[in-house]
Amino acid sequence: MSDMTEGPRDLPQGSDGEQDEGSRAPHRVIGTPPPAEARTLLASEQEPPQRPRIIVPTGPAAKRGERLVATFFLLSGLASIGFVASYVTLRPGSLVDTLRSNLTLGIAMSVAFGAIAIGAVLWLHLLMPKVEIPEDRHSIASSPAERAEFADTFAEGAERSGFVKRPLVRRSLLGASVLLGVAPLVVLRDLGPLPETKLRHTAWARGRRLLVLGPNTPIRPADFSSPGQMITVAPEGFEDNQDAMAKAATIIIKFRPGQLKPPTVMNWAVDNIVAYSKICTHVGCPVALYEQTTHRILCPCHQSTFDAARGAKVVFGPAPRALPQLPLGVDSEGFLISTNDYHVPVGPSFWELGGSGFSGGNEQS
Amino acid sequence: MRPITSLRRHRVAGYAVVLLGLVGAGAAYTAVAGQPGTAAADASPVSRQQIAEGQALFARTCASCHGMHAQGISGVGPSLIGVGAAAVDFQVSTGRMPGKVTGAEMPPRPVVFSQTQIHALAAYVASLGGGPAIPSGDQVSPAGANLALGQQLFITNCAQCHNFSGAGGALTSGKFAPPLNHATPTQIYEAMQTGPEAMPVFSDTTITPAQKRDVIAYVTKVRGQPDPGGFSLGRVGPVTEGLVAFLGGIAVLIFAAMWITMKRRES
Repeated sequence: MSDMTEGPRDLPQGSDGEQDEGSRAPHRVIGTPPPAEARTLLASEQEPPQRPRIIVPTGPAAKRGERLVATFFLLSGLASIGFVASYVTLRPGSLVDTLRSNLTLGIAMSVAFGAIAIGAVLWLHLLMPKVEIPEDRHSIASSPAERAEFADTFAEGAERSGFVKRPLVRRSLLGASVLLGVAPLVVLRDLGPLPETKLRHTAWARGRRLLVLGPNTPIRPADFSSPGQMITVAPEGFEDNQDAMAKAATIIIKFRPGQLKPPTVMNWAVDNIVAYSKICTHVGCPVALYEQTTHRILCPCHQSTFDAARGAKVVFGPAPRALPQLPLGVDSEGFLISTNDYHVPVGPSFWELGGSGFSGGNEQS
Repeated sequence: MRPITSLRRHRVAGYAVVLLGLVGAGAAYTAVAGQPGTAAADASPVSRQQIAEGQALFARTCASCHGMHAQGISGVGPSLIGVGAAAVDFQVSTGRMPGKVTGAEMPPRPVVFSQTQIHALAAYVASLGGGPAIPSGDQVSPAGANLALGQQLFITNCAQCHNFSGAGGALTSGKFAPPLNHATPTQIYEAMQTGPEAMPVFSDTTITPAQKRDVIAYVTKVRGQPDPGGFSLGRVGPVTEGLVAFLGGIAVLIFAAMWITMKRRES
């Protein structure tokens, strides 16, 4: 290829394989044309086509193709009629009716569009003449003369418009442009307001009972006495409030005496029962894959792993801080209660979290 | 041209090779997957003879890891005093015990003991220090249970590990939550009550026996749900469905692209 003189060197001129095309049997790649035909995508000038590369489908094959294409177009038409028919006859109402209506409408519409597409491809493939046209590439840049002419025209236009000469027109246009650019910024206002302190508070508060989520029954430490127990709880009065539970979901875990270690806040545990937020501090998935043998809590989304015996500190994964610990107590009737809200925000960490936010523990603020 | 070469150059050869590869991969996977079934268990009254029989069985098959008196051997097998008949029945009737090697998790294997032998073993271990008993047939029967509450309890407390349809899932360090598809109602009850391996305990005081029945009703009901499209795909949710759609879609697109760009032979 080194003896090529015409055209820039960086233009591709076909693969190396074409040089010795006649001398060896090239590998046939699945889906490519057989080696008998030309294998170059770009026509080169050294290789003028020996014969006109036009293949016109004729005869019974073309006739069959014609019928096939028409069949698909007919099918599309029938599907369109079917679409209208199903829209008129199958009305949504009950769950099953809506399902049936959606299903038939969807199928009819996809067949209506799909059959036209398939018919068009078949048309191209079976009926249209195959013509191979070499089309040489040219440099994209304009000639220097053309560029100079454009520059002159531009300067002349600027001069005639009087943009420099007429300050009133110029300044008013600039002012209008600035206002036009600023106006859309105002609508960004509705991205707010800021969440204020909503991220820092949950439904948990002093004296709120822990209810087993589901049956919604309060729970005594004696009911939760086998080590290795774990259950999801809700603050009393909020068990059916999905908005509140989005922040307040909590798990309680029972340990054997002596198993709980710092940085677990011991004053917040009752009878070796400890409560942690069920919301991962990474991006907020529910974490309750608790392994009682290893005391690990695993988040199913990104495999953040927390050590429940050590203040739910992060032992693996992308979570930036420990699961917040809920201070527990017992009320006069012996039921488990929270003695306060979480001391640190629950859920995904955020920029304004502040202080110990990304460093880990449940330190009292 | 040799016949093999002409076969290879045949116009459908490419499609045939791709199809064959896909079918082969599917068949190989089906051969590797597959689950052994497990036997049902039922409770029966305990006799002194049963305990003696259980002790003999225990000495023969369990004592090497758990100790001659089920006191446990440090670093090999835990003490079984106080685990109760339910735990023994669960571990042995699912084939997890007797275990072959100690690892991250005891995989279920073919059950080696008969129901009578399992009950004898369970009676012996229960005689050592109490613990939860094997539930009766009525206790685990899903008939008349509150399916809605069962679902809520399952979704809240079980689904994160066992998947919302009981298909199971991965845990840390090689442990996994097993699929519940082959578990009998008795085994589900016992697992909740005793917390086998890494599973937390859901004792009768937090999830009452009636609520356990609700959970069993949900787990056994959800198995019978029809699979839209005809294939369950492991029922592990959008991951396999997406994968199948992706691979299937790519295959269809490849075939379509191959066909569209195929050049007509001059004949």
